[in-house]
Amino acid sequence: MPQPLLQIERVSKAFGKTLAVDDVSLEIAGGEFFALLGPSGCGKTSLMRLIAGFESPDAGRIFIDGRDVSADPPHKRAVNMMFQSYALFPHMNVAANIGYALKRRGLSAGMIGQRVRDMLALVRMEGFEERRPDSLSGGQKARVALARALAGEPKLLLLDEPLSALDRKLREEIQFELMQVQRDLGVSFLIVTHDQDEAMAMASRIAVMRDGGLAQIAAPRRLYEKPASRWVARFIGDANVLEACVREGAASQIQLEIEGALHLVVDGADEAFHPGASVAICVRPERMNLHAERPLTGNVLAGEIVEIVYLGASISWRIRCDNGAVVRVITSSGIDGSFERGARAFISYAPDAARVLCR
Amino acid sequence: MPRIGASGFAALLLGFAFLYAPIGLLAIYSFNASKLVTVWGGFSTKWYWALLDNRLLLESLWVSLRVAFASASIATVLGSLAALVLARHGRFRGRTLFGAMIYAPLVMPEIVLGIALLLLFVALGLERGLLSIIIAHATLGMCFVAVLVHVRVKMLDRSLEDAAHDLGAGPFTVFFTITLPLIAPALLAGFLLAFTISLDDFVLASFLSGPGSTTLPMRVYAQVRLGVTPEVNAVSTLLLAFVGLVLLTGAAIAQRMRAV
Repeated sequence: MPQPLLQIERVSKAFGKTLAVDDVSLEIAGGEFFALLGPSGCGKTSLMRLIAGFESPDAGRIFIDGRDVSADPPHKRAVNMMFQSYALFPHMNVAANIGYALKRRGLSAGMIGQRVRDMLALVRMEGFEERRPDSLSGGQKARVALARALAGEPKLLLLDEPLSALDRKLREEIQFELMQVQRDLGVSFLIVTHDQDEAMAMASRIAVMRDGGLAQIAAPRRLYEKPASRWVARFIGDANVLEACVREGAASQIQLEIEGALHLVVDGADEAFHPGASVAICVRPERMNLHAERPLTGNVLAGEIVEIVYLGASISWRIRCDNGAVVRVITSSGIDGSFERGARAFISYAPDAARVLCR
Repeated sequence: MPRIGASGFAALLLGFAFLYAPIGLLAIYSFNASKLVTVWGGFSTKWYWALLDNRLLLESLWVSLRVAFASASIATVLGSLAALVLARHGRFRGRTLFGAMIYAPLVMPEIVLGIALLLLFVALGLERGLLSIIIAHATLGMCFVAVLVHVRVKMLDRSLEDAAHDLGAGPFTVFFTITLPLIAPALLAGFLLAFTISLDDFVLASFLSGPGSTTLPMRVYAQVRLGVTPEVNAVSTLLLAFVGLVLLTGAAIAQRMRAV
C-alpha cells in the first residue's frame, strides 16, 4: 500500500473535562475525497482543527506525507482550510485574499497575479479581482474561499461545513463545483459535515464520528448497506432495526429468531456468531416488500398498517408488528393490491437485504 | 424610521436645552464686544484675536497639546495590549478581576487617582512636570482605549486570524496584516478619546504639574480667579469646538467600524 497522505495515529484531545477526540486513528490517501460525518458535538470539528494545527493533540500523532507534524503550527503545515464562515479578509479585495498565502511565501507580484487569475478561472469568477468580500453573494464568497484555500497548492484541503451558509439550490451547485475542482486538481479533500446527504454525495469514504470516537469508516454505499452498529444504522438514512436471537451462526448464513419465527440472513459478515447471542438486524425500508397474504417462504413479519403516506413516486408505510416494533416500509407507488390503514399486512425481505449488528 | 411626535420632540428639546444652554450662552458671549461678560455690547471677534497676544495662554496650549499627544499615544498602546489579552487569551486566573480593574478608573474619582499618583511620584523622587502629567493622563486614557478596543476585538471573527495563520502567516504577520488593520478604527477612536480627555483634564494636572508645565485648563482656571473675561469665554469656546470635532470624528469612525 502506498504511503497515506494523512495518517492520524491514536489521537486524543480533551477540552476541560470533555473528551472531544477519543483515540482516533485514520488514514487518507492522496487524491481522496473524505468526509467526517457526525451529529453536532461529536468531535469532528475538533479533529479537523487538530489536523489543521489550531489545536495540538494530548496524545497520539499526526503525519502528513509521512512526516510527523503533531508539533507544527498551522502556518507550517501543507494543509489549508475553507472555513464555515469563509473568513474572507474584509479589508482586502478578492485578489489580495486569494494571493495572501502566496505573498507570505515571498512570490513576485507578477507570479501572484497570474496565480490569482488562474484560481479565479478555476472557480469561474474571472474579473472579480478588485471586488470587496462584502459586495459578494454567498455563492461567490464560497468560491473565493475555495480559491484562496487552494491557491497555495495544499496537499490536503480541509472544508468545515462549507455549504451550511447557502440555500438549497446554491448548495447543490457549489457541491457539484467542489467535486469537479477536486477531480480536476487531484488534491485530497477532507470535508466536515453533519449533513449525511452531502457526505454521501461527495465523498468516496466517510468516517462517522460519535462522542469523539470513530463509529465506522466506509464507502457511502457500504455505510448504508452494511452499517457497523445499531447507532450507525439509525444515523445513516432510515433503518428498521429489529432485535433478534442467533440460532445458528455460520460466517455467511445466519439463522435468527425474530418474533418466534425463523429468519435466514446472508450477511457476508466478517465474523461468526454464537448461537444464543442477542443481536439486531438492520433492513432498509426500500428493501422490504409488502403483502396482503402471508408469503409461504422467506423472512416474514406480520403486523398492522398504522400509517400510509403517499409520496408520488413511492409510498411510505408504517406497520406495527405483532411484537410491538414499528417498521417503516417504502414501496413503489405502483404496488399491487389494496392496503388500508388498520389492515393486516405482511412484510418480507430477501436474506441479503439484512445486516446483522452485534453492537 | 418612526416619527417621535410633538410631545416627544418637546421633551427632547427640553433635555438638550438643559444640557447645552449654558454652553451656548458661553459661546455667544465669547463674541461679545463689551468687556463686561454679562452685558451684551454687540458682535465682535476681538477676543479671539486677543488670544493670539496672550503669550501665557498660548504657552499653556502648547503644553496641553504635547501632553495630550504623548499621553494618548501611550494610552493607545497600553490600552490595546490590555484589551487584546483580555479578549483573546481565553480564561486565565484572575481574568474577571483584571477585566473589572481595567474599567475601574472610568468611575474612580479623579481626585483619588491624582493623590495616588502624586504619592507615587514623590516616593519615586520623580519631579513634577510634563512627564508626570503625561503618565497620569496615559493612566486614565488607557482605560478608555481598552474598553473601546476590547469591544472591537470581541466583535472580530476569530476565524479571520485562524485563516491567515492557516494560509502561512506566523503570529506577527497575522497581527500586522489582519488583526491590526481590522481594529485600527477602534485604536484611532480610542486615541482621539484619550487625547480629548487629556486636553480637558484639570484635576490630575493640578495635582501633578510643576513649574513650566501649566496646561490650558489650569491656565484658564488661574485667569478666572482674577475675573471672568470674554477672553476666557473665547478660549473655552475654541476648546469646546475642538473637542466636539474630535469626538464627532471618533463617532463617525465607530459608525463605519460597525458597518464592516
